[in-house]
Amino acid sequence: MQIPTDLLARIDEAISHYPVSKQSASLPLLHLWQEHFGFISDEAIEWIAAKLELEPIKVLGLVTFYPMFRRKAPGKHHIRVCRTLSCAMAGSYALKEKLSKAAGIEAEGHGHGAGGGCGGHGDPVTVSEDGKYSIEFVECLASCGTGPVCMVNDDFYEAVSDEEVTQILSKYQ
Amino acid sequence: MIFANVDREGYTPDIECYLRHGGYEDLRKATTMEPDAIVNDVKASGLRGRGGAGFPCGVKWGFIRRGGPKPTYLICNADESEPGTFKDRYIIHQDPHQLIEGMVISSFALDVHLAYIYIRGEFPEGARILERAIAEAKEKGFLGKNILGTGFDLEIYVHRGAGAYICGEETGLIESLEGKRAYPRIKPPYFPAVLGLYQCPTIVNNVETLCHVKHIVQMGGAEYAKLGRPNNTGTRILCVSGDVQRPGYFEVEVGSLTMGEVINDLCGGLKPGRKLKAIIPGGSSAKVLRADERYKVKEKAEDGSMVDKEIGIEEIRMDFDTLAAVGSMAGSGGVIVMDDTRDMVWTLNNLNEFYAHESCGQCTPCREGSLWMRKITDRILAGGGTEQDPDTLKSVADNIAGKTICAFGEACSWPTQSFVIKFREEFASRSTKPLPLPTPPEFLADRLSEEPTKALTTGSHH
Ligand SMILES: Cc1cc2nc3c(=O)[nH]c(=O)nc-3n(C[C@H](O)[C@H](O)[C@H](O)COP(=O)(O)O)c2cc1C
Ligand code: SF4
Ligand code: FES
Repeated sequence: MQIPTDLLARIDEAISHYPVSKQSASLPLLHLWQEHFGFISDEAIEWIAAKLELEPIKVLGLVTFYPMFRRKAPGKHHIRVCRTLSCAMAGSYALKEKLSKAAGIEAEGHGHGAGGGCGGHGDPVTVSEDGKYSIEFVECLASCGTGPVCMVNDDFYEAVSDEEVTQILSKYQ
Repeated sequence: MIFANVDREGYTPDIECYLRHGGYEDLRKATTMEPDAIVNDVKASGLRGRGGAGFPCGVKWGFIRRGGPKPTYLICNADESEPGTFKDRYIIHQDPHQLIEGMVISSFALDVHLAYIYIRGEFPEGARILERAIAEAKEKGFLGKNILGTGFDLEIYVHRGAGAYICGEETGLIESLEGKRAYPRIKPPYFPAVLGLYQCPTIVNNVETLCHVKHIVQMGGAEYAKLGRPNNTGTRILCVSGDVQRPGYFEVEVGSLTMGEVINDLCGGLKPGRKLKAIIPGGSSAKVLRADERYKVKEKAEDGSMVDKEIGIEEIRMDFDTLAAVGSMAGSGGVIVMDDTRDMVWTLNNLNEFYAHESCGQCTPCREGSLWMRKITDRILAGGGTEQDPDTLKSVADNIAGKTICAFGEACSWPTQSFVIKFREEFASRSTKPLPLPTPPEFLADRLSEEPTKALTTGSHH
């Protein structure tokens, strides 16, 4: 496994933030890894566990617990739509459908569960055929006054109207 | 006060702008004070936590003994994930130095040398802004070694969560910060102020609470306590979403406005032609209030005696004690308004899905119950509600609250309990299917009496 040196430097920097216990650096390392490689592979789990002197199962247990960590590659651009009440009242279910359609992601059901059309809790993400976009529902993004809200990668969009859907996606090629 | 710089024309999150507006002056003042005097000011201020529970901040701080054998840690809870709440986001993104100043002052008062900001994973920009602000503050000597020449050292680090609501619960947060699954710890014995991060005394406070500390130092605790109402002091940020003309966030003196004033004066009222149906007053976990219900409260009469009074929903005063008195809570300040176009089954189902997804899974009643409640409201919504469903919902909820490790148990059962009780007719009218037979036909009463089963009488198996 080739870890770029700048990533290694950031990993060591992150570990230094936890002088009392290296284990505390688990989440930061998973974030850094996922930002760089897109998802948490088996290799990632082994590597992080070795780095932090933990059993790999401890690291896997985090990946399966925390919804933001993925075991599979998402699309090149990842879309998150808020599903929770205030946004749902403002039309987030329709927004997710429109975004899916515009992104060429197969229409699917709602929700997180197995009945939601995606892989359930551990794998809520659906990816477009060309691999360009992926989408998932997430819970309240703390911007309930300007619903419906969504994120594309790290960028945040509020009060998204129907017209803005294609405009937003066109920024992500 | 807290939101003075939020949405302010030309205000930027960098330190230069903060300093131009009097930034870090309160820290200078604090470093000239005795640490205990700051703690006493916080006690005198009557400040109650803004994260949800409304616990008096000074009382919490009072558990910390300076110079004990173990270090004390401070954690800022920036997990902001209670549905309906959107206030910490703006402080973090637009005025990060206010939070940092509040944290440095608090750390100085509590003899803390290592502090963390636990920020939810979905605020990547917020995390970067805070990191930049920390670096700026260090460069100017407001943070790091020998702060302002006082000999006081403090490091603050940003720790990102990863999408789990339960990390907002303080002991779950601590587990998460230790690099584990965010399984809340049982209290007692794991009160953070006694056995917190790394089993050391730890103070966990919400973003907004820590910002208030800065203003308490500036004004003095007694002066601060004059804001708001007795036992409900200071200002707080109300976040209004849902069916109002102008949703948004508003900093008000606690209890200075009634629900009606918030909705009509601050938010421009309901949309044309709509009628108020229900309000969730303090984040999604708070019990729902029905618009046409009468609420009993106690009010102080002119002669100082307490008299019983019956009021309508619009007259409810937006403070901790009044909202508790009407059977709900001020919680995180998130007010969700629903008008008469809203379907209460759909609304509850949306929240049930949230809680079913977010239960950490440690306690059986919470893990199983939250999913049952979602499945039942799913079924009612899909037209398959059975006659007993409203009662079943209620009894599942009743068997969660009070029987779990953490307050998520209450948080997930209160919506179901209150929606089903208060909007009983709406649930009942859609739960009309007869109960499907739970018993295999050969065990039905008439079949059993026809032919007493051998198994029952002889005890032999087939
Ligand atoms: C399920 C659950 C979720 C919570 N989420 C948050 C949160 O997102 N932000 C927060 O500040 N407090 C949250 N709290 C409250 C914290 O446990 C804790 O009381 C608070 O951070 C203390 O700070 P305060 O006294 O300044 O309010 C939550 C509590 C529970 C039970
Ligand atoms: S009440 Fe629910 S969220 Fe809290 S510890 Fe138990 S299972 Fe986890
Ligand atoms: S409900 Fe969507 S941001 Fe809160």
